[in-house]
Amino acid sequence: MEKELVYKIPSLYRDDFRIHGYRFGSGKKALCVVGSLRGNEYQQIYTCSRLIMRLKQLEEEGRLNGEKEILVIPSLNPCSMNIEKRFWPTDNTDINRMFPGYNLGETTQRIAAGVFDVVSAYENGIQFASFYMPGRFCPHVRIMKTGYENMEKARQFGLPYIVLKVPRPYDTTTLNYNWQIWETDAFSLYGTTTEQLEEESAEEIVDAILRFMAANGVLIEEREKGQESKVVTDRELLSVRPKKAGIFRAAAGVRQQVKKGQLLARILDACMGDVIEELYAPADGVIFFLHDKPLVYANTAVIKLLP
Amino acid sequence: MMMTVASVPLPVDEMLEIKKNRFCPKDGGNGRRICIVTGIHGDELEGQLVCYEVAKTIRENPERLRGTVDIYPALNPLGIDSVTRGIPGFDLDMNRVFPGAPDGSMTEYVATRIVEDLVGADLCLDIHASNIFLTELPQIRINELHKEKLVPLAMEANVDFVWVHGANTVLEATLAHSMNSRGVPTLVVEMGVGMRLTPEYGTQLTKGIFNLMRKLKVWDGEEEEMRTPIVSADPDEVCYLNAPVSGIFLKEKEHGSMVREGEEIGAILNPFTGEKMERIVAPHDGLLFTIREYPVVDEGSLLARILVKEGLA
Repeated sequence: MEKELVYKIPSLYRDDFRIHGYRFGSGKKALCVVGSLRGNEYQQIYTCSRLIMRLKQLEEEGRLNGEKEILVIPSLNPCSMNIEKRFWPTDNTDINRMFPGYNLGETTQRIAAGVFDVVSAYENGIQFASFYMPGRFCPHVRIMKTGYENMEKARQFGLPYIVLKVPRPYDTTTLNYNWQIWETDAFSLYGTTTEQLEEESAEEIVDAILRFMAANGVLIEEREKGQESKVVTDRELLSVRPKKAGIFRAAAGVRQQVKKGQLLARILDACMGDVIEELYAPADGVIFFLHDKPLVYANTAVIKLLP
Repeated sequence: MMMTVASVPLPVDEMLEIKKNRFCPKDGGNGRRICIVTGIHGDELEGQLVCYEVAKTIRENPERLRGTVDIYPALNPLGIDSVTRGIPGFDLDMNRVFPGAPDGSMTEYVATRIVEDLVGADLCLDIHASNIFLTELPQIRINELHKEKLVPLAMEANVDFVWVHGANTVLEATLAHSMNSRGVPTLVVEMGVGMRLTPEYGTQLTKGIFNLMRKLKVWDGEEEEMRTPIVSADPDEVCYLNAPVSGIFLKEKEHGSMVREGEEIGAILNPFTGEKMERIVAPHDGLLFTIREYPVVDEGSLLARILVKEGLA
């Protein structure tokens, strides 16, 4: 493994802004993995660190294909993570809304351009993504439907679900979208959490990546195929929304199979504690996404159910 | 007449309400309507003074009103109240959620209600104030998709500059794009700087708004002399200057200045050493219509924009 500098901006008062990558093997640029793009994506950087540990071990054991190169970048935004800020410290811009970037533009455009210049050279790209709404997910692969999506490869992760998302205008500046447009087979991997660390979820994602690597000859060994992925579009997910705002108390867990009419959550009056609304399953299905903040706004999609 | 455009309960004993004040003649008026909206970004306050001035003038001269004027001073009241650019609690740019969705999240629902309320207007002005980093000469920005309809209106708004820019997919999520796509001519004004009021700009734009109101037969007033804005529709005419290094930026020129090629418009300083790390010079003759106000810069931070165009004095 080689640690290398991917991008750097000198700073006046803070330490220089540095993005480091960890390179395994050399030769054909086979796989690039990007961890956190935002400063609060702790599970994403943690999962990357677990992946790097596994890859180091596999490399030492001679089980990596040395002719195929892997680059793992744990964080594109360490300086926001160090001050517990989600977006760029000065102007609050989101690096994941700046791709493919512009090397003469503003700071986050330059970062996106500098990184994209490196990562777009790989055949396969994996990003550990997070959702803009706070909550827990059923682990899945997410792909944007651009016309370039590679569903067969998405199945190689062996995760239970593949979500095919029709891009909206604001998606066109994300890393995943631009990877696809620039002919990298791109996949966003969602684990269970973002701000809380979960060992089991991190291991599940690392195992999925190793399966993908084995299927693509990056890992020199056979691996069990994992689960047969069910492909769904984001529009098939049923949103359950409270009409009222208040304290949110879940009555079911993410990944849980529920029956139509089953109680899923309660909304409490924040001051008096009365149950002011109960949310029920609109169909039989699996809880795919579950809100995990104490408070909830009215009409927020607190649960997404996969029928 | 105060009216509620959108109303959503917040979790703890509070309602989020988007309000407008409607001015119309006692007889209901001629059916024409102008909407003045501002405060999508909670840190952009220049529109507050414009709303105040327009409302004050109408209140003091009600006999001159022929149509309806709706004033929306705070499309993002939670942001304005908490000195937050986006929507607090979501960390979302409100001008990237339009047209929203009636059954969507709180922000999408509010966005939809705003769009529905504006539909049918003869003109909408969406007043912005750049951000806390940059000061802008009063200008109207127009997506090239809508230039035929909007440039003639912008010429009447008493601004200094009309910038017709390229279509950008991300901008499809703005209020202006949603309204223009629905047949409501919507002008995006950028002027001044975030978190501050620039009274002369407020007065300048207010004069332009009354001129537009008069042209659209919403207001009965004397014709006054307006500024003739410079119009630029060629992307090569706008020159961007970004910080070559991180440091402290000190401007030497004010926005609105004509600058000469090679002239210093500012410098990036190093307070540790007392050195001027970089001189920032104009690459061409032109109009400095944007200049950085906020001194701390990272490499890449935007410092200035210069309009380079034949015929500028």
